[in-house]
Amino acid sequence: MSDVVEKTLTALPSLLSLDSHPGSAKLSSTSKLGNLIRGITELTSKHEEEKLIQHELLAIKEQVSSPNTTMMKELMVRSIYCEMLGYEASFSYIHAIKLAQQGTVLEKRVGYLAVSLFLNESHELLLLLVNTVLKDLQSTNLIEVCMALTVVSQMFPKDMIPAILPLVEEKLNHPKEIIRRKAVLALYKFYLIAPNQVQHIHNKFRKALCDKDPGVMTASLHIYLQMIQENPEAYKDLTPSFVTILKQVVGGKLPMDFNYHTVPAPWLQIQLLRILSLLGKNDQSTSEVMYEVLDESLQRAEMNHNITYAILYECVKCIYTIHPKSDLLEKAAKCIGNFVLSPKINLKYLGLKALTYVVQQDPKLALQHQMTIIECLDHPDLIIKRETLELLFRITNGQNVTVIVEKMLEFLCISEDDHTTIDLVGKVAELAEKYPLKYNEWFIETMNTVFSLGGDMMQPDIPNSFLKLLSEGFDSVEEDRKLRLFAVNSYIPLLRGEPGKLPQRFLQVISWVLGEYSHLREDLEPAEVLSLLAKLLDMKNSSSETKSWVLMAMTKLCKGGADASVTQEVSETYSSSLDTVLRQRAHELQYLSQDPELRARVLPRGAKPETLEVDSSLSFLDRFVSEALAAGAAPYKPPHQRQEELDQSKALSLEPYGLSLPISMSSCSITDRQSPTLLSMSSGLSGDTLKLDGIKRVWGREGYLAQREPVEEAAQVEVPSPIQSPGRQGEGDSLHSQTPTQTPTPEPEQEKQQLASSLFVGLASQSSVSLMGKSEPMPQRFRRKAKGQGLGSSFIANEQISSSLISPPSAVDNLLCNNLLDSNNASELAEQTSQLSQSLTTANGTCHAEAELTESDTKGCNPALRRDNCVVAAGPGPHNDPGRLTEVCLDSYLPAELSGLSHSEIAPLCANQSLNLSACHVQKEDSLILVVFIMNSSESAIQQIRLVSITVGQYSLTVKRPAVHVEVVGTVSYQLPAGTSQSLQFSYKVPLTSFIRPFVVSTEEYGTMWLSFSHDTKQNLTLINDNQEPLTATLNALKKKLQLHVVEVIGMEGIVACRLLQDLPCLMHCRVNAGWLAVWLRSPVPDLPDCLIYHCQRALQSL
Amino acid sequence: MNNVATLESAHDPAVSESTGILRLQGLITGLQGFIWAAYKMMRFLLLFSRQGKLRLQKWFTPLTDREKKKVIRDMMMLVLARPPRSCNFLQWRDLKIVYKRYASLYFCAGLEDKDNELLALEVLHRYVELLDKYFGNVCELDIIFNFEKAYFILDEFLMGGEILETSKLAVGVSMEEADTLQETMEEYMSKPAY
Repeated sequence: MSDVVEKTLTALPSLLSLDSHPGSAKLSSTSKLGNLIRGITELTSKHEEEKLIQHELLAIKEQVSSPNTTMMKELMVRSIYCEMLGYEASFSYIHAIKLAQQGTVLEKRVGYLAVSLFLNESHELLLLLVNTVLKDLQSTNLIEVCMALTVVSQMFPKDMIPAILPLVEEKLNHPKEIIRRKAVLALYKFYLIAPNQVQHIHNKFRKALCDKDPGVMTASLHIYLQMIQENPEAYKDLTPSFVTILKQVVGGKLPMDFNYHTVPAPWLQIQLLRILSLLGKNDQSTSEVMYEVLDESLQRAEMNHNITYAILYECVKCIYTIHPKSDLLEKAAKCIGNFVLSPKINLKYLGLKALTYVVQQDPKLALQHQMTIIECLDHPDLIIKRETLELLFRITNGQNVTVIVEKMLEFLCISEDDHTTIDLVGKVAELAEKYPLKYNEWFIETMNTVFSLGGDMMQPDIPNSFLKLLSEGFDSVEEDRKLRLFAVNSYIPLLRGEPGKLPQRFLQVISWVLGEYSHLREDLEPAEVLSLLAKLLDMKNSSSETKSWVLMAMTKLCKGGADASVTQEVSETYSSSLDTVLRQRAHELQYLSQDPELRARVLPRGAKPETLEVDSSLSFLDRFVSEALAAGAAPYKPPHQRQEELDQSKALSLEPYGLSLPISMSSCSITDRQSPTLLSMSSGLSGDTLKLDGIKRVWGREGYLAQREPVEEAAQVEVPSPIQSPGRQGEGDSLHSQTPTQTPTPEPEQEKQQLASSLFVGLASQSSVSLMGKSEPMPQRFRRKAKGQGLGSSFIANEQISSSLISPPSAVDNLLCNNLLDSNNASELAEQTSQLSQSLTTANGTCHAEAELTESDTKGCNPALRRDNCVVAAGPGPHNDPGRLTEVCLDSYLPAELSGLSHSEIAPLCANQSLNLSACHVQKEDSLILVVFIMNSSESAIQQIRLVSITVGQYSLTVKRPAVHVEVVGTVSYQLPAGTSQSLQFSYKVPLTSFIRPFVVSTEEYGTMWLSFSHDTKQNLTLINDNQEPLTATLNALKKKLQLHVVEVIGMEGIVACRLLQDLPCLMHCRVNAGWLAVWLRSPVPDLPDCLIYHCQRALQSL
Repeated sequence: MNNVATLESAHDPAVSESTGILRLQGLITGLQGFIWAAYKMMRFLLLFSRQGKLRLQKWFTPLTDREKKKVIRDMMMLVLARPPRSCNFLQWRDLKIVYKRYASLYFCAGLEDKDNELLALEVLHRYVELLDKYFGNVCELDIIFNFEKAYFILDEFLMGGEILETSKLAVGVSMEEADTLQETMEEYMSKPAY
């Protein structure tokens, strides 16, 4: 134990008598706060405390508003105390601000403190503080400046930052280091809440980094860490500096007073290690610079104190993050070993955390410590257990999944924390579904536990994907039947027991499964199932959603005859329900139970999920959208954008995971898009309904939905699986060998050994990362069969609404810019376009013309032609069609260096009486050149130039924000001989494909990049079916049309990469799936995947 | 994002069942641990007594009063129920809680999940050391009766949840400066003598 604690402990007895300690004794006897505190300690009940505080608050209120009180500071302290006890003293807020404004320095300090405790960043009273802060920042009193900077870094209204920014910036040059340090941290705070406002002072950050005071330098690292995290590429040049600083710190070159328990500046060291790991990640050359200093840090840190462990932990993390070096890895692994084996529980915890972090690169490390991990699994402290499960989750493979899931479920039973439950339930469901070998009783039982434990808190997609899995089945009909039968068998006893205790979601799953598959169990009378289901309807706590699921199930089951009375009764009860959905279901039940023939047609037994043709472009909505936009409706915002806007307001999210995700439309509404009326219904339900995409859905709002393509489906089902029976055999065997824990063993040690062998099975034989948890052979029969197309594309449909890229180009333009120009009036047009370009630079600033105009030497260069260099903004605008261009062979005017390259057709842009503009674009390897031809067509001549003389301008274009088509808008200004200046505006449209270039990467690099990209989209494309391999044919076609780079094709999957000029990558993963090419695109650039998929679609359609 | 992932898993190359692409999968899943959260040292710092009385509260992210009360209640419930000699770290919602008991006072900090818990533990310890240096043999009563001083020291030490001053000397000096330069005689008398 540290000496501080000891000192405190020894001091305690004397303190309790309140007189040996001069400070507290004095205060308590003289001040009112002392009286208050003492008064409270003497009270016996909460009620008395309440009374006392109310009394106190009244007294404070009275005194605080008297004009010349001298006690302000003391009063403030007392109201702070009351607030801390949980009583509101809002009347004092304004006085706190006043005190900060007017008081003496000491009073000011209390005032500022009170303000920072009472108010939060968004409080409106804070605006009143701005002036005070301004004044204090300019004060000559250092203390006042310090106080102002402190309060600024704690809470300051975002909008008011510009007002004080220059003053804070000025403080970076202050002679006192404490002021410089605080100023840097204040700027860091500004950077966090409003990064664009401090962009111009990045140079000054560099100066702070080089400050002679180590404290200021340390402070500046906070900003650098943040900036490097956002964009590591931009700061690679600083790596040697950071390495040097770390070297000096580790070498003890800092003044002694930065030491903490003899460790030199540990906080600084950790900050630097974090920065280095960000810089060295995936970058061999940068990593090489830091190997030496990392090695030194590892060696210097003696294992003696918490703080050195903290440094070591950070060091290990860094070593495993940057480009690997074997001997460092070895040392780091040893270090982790020391952590894990430590008797100190905190270190053990940290060791597990580090192990979880590195285990994906080095699964053998987990193997080394397996016995410790087993011990941790039984640790009495829940947090250690939890962390161990996290580790196990990462090393799960097909062989140990049963044991690991069992352990997780055990933990779930004792955990009380909602957040943990949601998280773990999600993980269990993920594992259970991930390993197809296990689709048997185990799977059903696991999912049952998940549903009962997860209750209604779990993520809604868990039951959803479970049902999907059940209904789609696998390649073997027999296996499907078995799995479904397991499910039915396990649900019947649950319903016979106490269904009232089951969560609503589980009941919904049960009713769906019983409705679909209870006929598989032959000894079960439908009448019995019906009565069990009817029981659910009568339960008090059944939600109306559950009830409608139950009614649906009953509709599927009722046969007329004996059980007619039950259904009759039920449908009568609910046909007058206030809930419209319930009423609808009740009516369906009523009609269908009376008409078995219709029922058999509507709800055919054992039907497969059908492939629905989906107009994923939603083109039928185009008119509706454009009308709505014209009527002033707000343009559609994609969900992630909306989420971002929402997120800005709350920093500490107190919502449980996953429940707040906005799902704009439930997927089933889109699957059934043939009936547009469905849309309104299901979007209303969306928030908490189970989504049923991919599941056979034969009933819509208005009744039966036509079954499509049943023949094709049937054909797919009967794909024979050659290795069926041996696979079955193998599964049985492996099951036996995998569950040794269930057989009782006499000695606990042996038990642990067995647990270890079952947990770590499959790790030993694998030496490389890539095989982690994935290597078990997968029998073909379990290959998941083709999804119903409706499922795949329903996601995409969602995405597509967001970007609206699939609709025809004109509609795209409309949607994108919310602009419905009438393209008939040409003269008005130009004007509107220019306005457009201004208004759109931020909203949809797509293009950026680089490179100063390079006037090429053409015959008769016109001196009077002054070109405006304003080709910046772009916004989709309507096309012009001047069509008056004299037939001149413009080709010959192409600049010499471009003439060898292929260029697009030279298109006329616009013209007026004196000028004719046309343009084309030339694709170079690393740029796209826009060539603008300016031709004098006037009879009267602009100065010397007679008739056709042509000036050519070249612009190199790059895209900043992708769109399907990039429109370049520009202005040509020129002077007529008369001296009047005129301008001519033009716009030129380039498809995005012109900016796409192949991107040559290796498969490894591809894998690395894939994960780091956040924007993605998915779509099913048509395959080209000619004689050869369809995948290769399709990819080649795409490659030819869009200049993509095919990285690798493995079996039925292929990976493709391309980049948008200059170097914005976009990765594409393709898989052949049921006659479609399922494409998944990812990119760091928003909208790029969407735009690209549009072009892919177009490219394939045009073939 | 988790819930989307499960639904999409059918198409996820990382879980795709075809054998040919296994190599790719490994690459993709193997790197998942590398996603870093934003480094922000601390979300909040609470001091409370063994009896469940709040002694000091500092919030580094804006919260409403209701949320604050909820956090305080949950923290006391969780931390006070911990048996002795257990781990100093806790999971609470998506935050890591680091706490330590000094005599009758609990120091309790909420961090991002990705942060370094041991380091936070040392931050708490450093704060106690600073309090100890200022008050001389600090005890709970010092903090109760001079809580505004405890806040001032904290403000010199942590700024916006980040360590401002790692040098014990410097914090002491700046506190001293602030105190002696400005204190009136009466204030000076009431300051604890050591």
